Amino acid sequence: MDWSFFLEVLLGGLLAGVMYSLVALGFVLIYKASGVFNFAQGAMVFFAALIFVSLVEKKWGLAGAALGTAAVMVVVAFFVERLVLRPLVNQPPISLFMATIGLAFLLEGASQGLLGAQVHGLEIGISDVPVEIRGINVSKFDLFAAGVAALLVLVLAFFFSKTRIGLSLRAVADDHQAALAVGVPLERIWVIVWTASGFVALVAGILWGSRTGVQFSLTFTALKALPVLILGGFTSIPGAIVGGLIVGAGEKLAEVYLGPHIGSGIENWFPYVLATAFLLIRPEGLFGERRIERV
Amino acid sequence: MIYREAGQFKTSYAADGRIFPIRQDRIAMGGLFAVAFFLVPILGNDYWFGAILIPFLILSLAALGLNILTGYAGQLSLGSAAFMAVGAFAAFNLMLRIPGLPVLVAFAGAGLVAAGVGLLFGLPSLRIKGFYLAVTTLAAQFVIEWVLTKFAWFSNYNPSGVISAQKMVILGMHIDKPVSRYLLTLGVVSVLALVAKNLVRSRVGRAWMAVRDMDVAAEVIGIPMLRTKLSAFAVSSFYCGIAGALWAFAYLGSVEPQAFDLTRSFQILFMIIIGGMGSVLGSFLGAAFIVLLPISLNVAAHSLFSGGVSQSLASNLELMTFGALIIFFLAVEPHGLARLWQIGKEKLRLWPFPH
Repeated sequence: MDWSFFLEVLLGGLLAGVMYSLVALGFVLIYKASGVFNFAQGAMVFFAALIFVSLVEKKWGLAGAALGTAAVMVVVAFFVERLVLRPLVNQPPISLFMATIGLAFLLEGASQGLLGAQVHGLEIGISDVPVEIRGINVSKFDLFAAGVAALLVLVLAFFFSKTRIGLSLRAVADDHQAALAVGVPLERIWVIVWTASGFVALVAGILWGSRTGVQFSLTFTALKALPVLILGGFTSIPGAIVGGLIVGAGEKLAEVYLGPHIGSGIENWFPYVLATAFLLIRPEGLFGERRIERV
Repeated sequence: MIYREAGQFKTSYAADGRIFPIRQDRIAMGGLFAVAFFLVPILGNDYWFGAILIPFLILSLAALGLNILTGYAGQLSLGSAAFMAVGAFAAFNLMLRIPGLPVLVAFAGAGLVAAGVGLLFGLPSLRIKGFYLAVTTLAAQFVIEWVLTKFAWFSNYNPSGVISAQKMVILGMHIDKPVSRYLLTLGVVSVLALVAKNLVRSRVGRAWMAVRDMDVAAEVIGIPMLRTKLSAFAVSSFYCGIAGALWAFAYLGSVEPQAFDLTRSFQILFMIIIGGMGSVLGSFLGAAFIVLLPISLNVAAHSLFSGGVSQSLASNLELMTFGALIIFFLAVEPHGLARLWQIGKEKLRLWPFPH
């Protein structure tokens, strides 16, 4: 077995996994704070990327476009809280899940209806060329993406543990009613958390968009992020990162070493089977909160 | 005044256990069956049979299958379309490889094959719960789609992976016209719906509901978790499998695995949410809503801005309206159309003296 080739595949997989983690992070944020399994995260990635690229094409500049899109995501978060979450307070989780699928349709329809369905190229100044580190080829772009993800996690970790808003977010995640009782404004918290996950979607959208072009298939990143999510645990930010690394590496290795034996195209389902196998051992994911069940 | 059970006494166990205890309900159901079996075939035209009634009935059956699993047994599944695919391909292969097999037997066999596959993918449910389980059912969706596309044996080495349903002959009658295909579908769906209605109020159904409400408590009072959860997966997949076989044989005639993709699974999930979880009637109401809504939206879009708006914008508006309506319905009546129906019946009982 060729070890340097193995390492190259492994590293490529790990770095690709970081891209999945970015999408999964958005899921985790919302699930943690509001217990909503937000299926619209993929649509949000697409929506954010499309607005960003449209602003870039209007010569706003990269920073200007990012700010403009962030402002739009705040507005979206506000409307989601008003029109989707507030009417559905205290409904079973599955109703909220369905509502987010409706939201995904709304966002997909709105972004395509307003901005067109053609593929936009996006150039953010990081070229996708391989660099050689000790004989192993690594994509420069992937390294950049990994750096961004690491930075994002650090910022989020700081935000959650050191700021007042972060503390109230954790309080809401623990117990809605208790948080309300000590005076945490639930509605504002939801707006904040949806905004935060909108920003994460924007970052993911920019990175994915400059890799594959901004197109409708960005919504399918959600499907890539789901196995990452259950592998790491719905409630854990480190879980999303570790899960992404495992899924990315596992997927690439399977494609290279297993693919020739059982046929190509296994990357669609392999992460799911891998995640299921993990869950059979740890049903709440690697870092998920262990559920204690009482009668 | 009309809908009241006063004066209807149950004097035997049989009367106590009957499926529709109120006389008016029995009359209404009888009327409904009479209309569906006799009046509709006379009045309907090919467009109604082919484009609306047949898909509505088949999707109702699939929704019923998912409702058994999700609404009654509480196991959220996002892979129901994959079991439809298994049913469609199993029916095709049974007919192909066993010459002279009666088509209804092939359908039943297809259901059993789907039930077997459902058992396999239901195994993780013994350990994994909630949304974690929902995501693992996506594994079924993707693995099955991949297997059916990848291995040409399933589509009898058709290069594009499409299966063409064989001709259906039942008791010497050729089932090829839309009206006869409609009657076949209606017959199968009616029988299976009655079976489901009975099943959910049997010992098995009550065990499912106990597991749904709280599985730990159910286990404590002695409900076998293994048998209950797996039977829900098997029965649900059986229904979905037969729906898939009908989809291929009675509706489209030729299908490919991609006809049963994730979108279809979500469509079926929408049906049971909008129709009402844990309700046989809800499966039908939800299917009617989801089948009719896009058609009426389409018609509305065409008549509202005919020519003025481009095709892509119109389809995006449709998508947005669909999404908005789903959120609206969930907010207004989270328990689905079946609940509205129930409230209506309660009101009718007191009418015209509401106090």
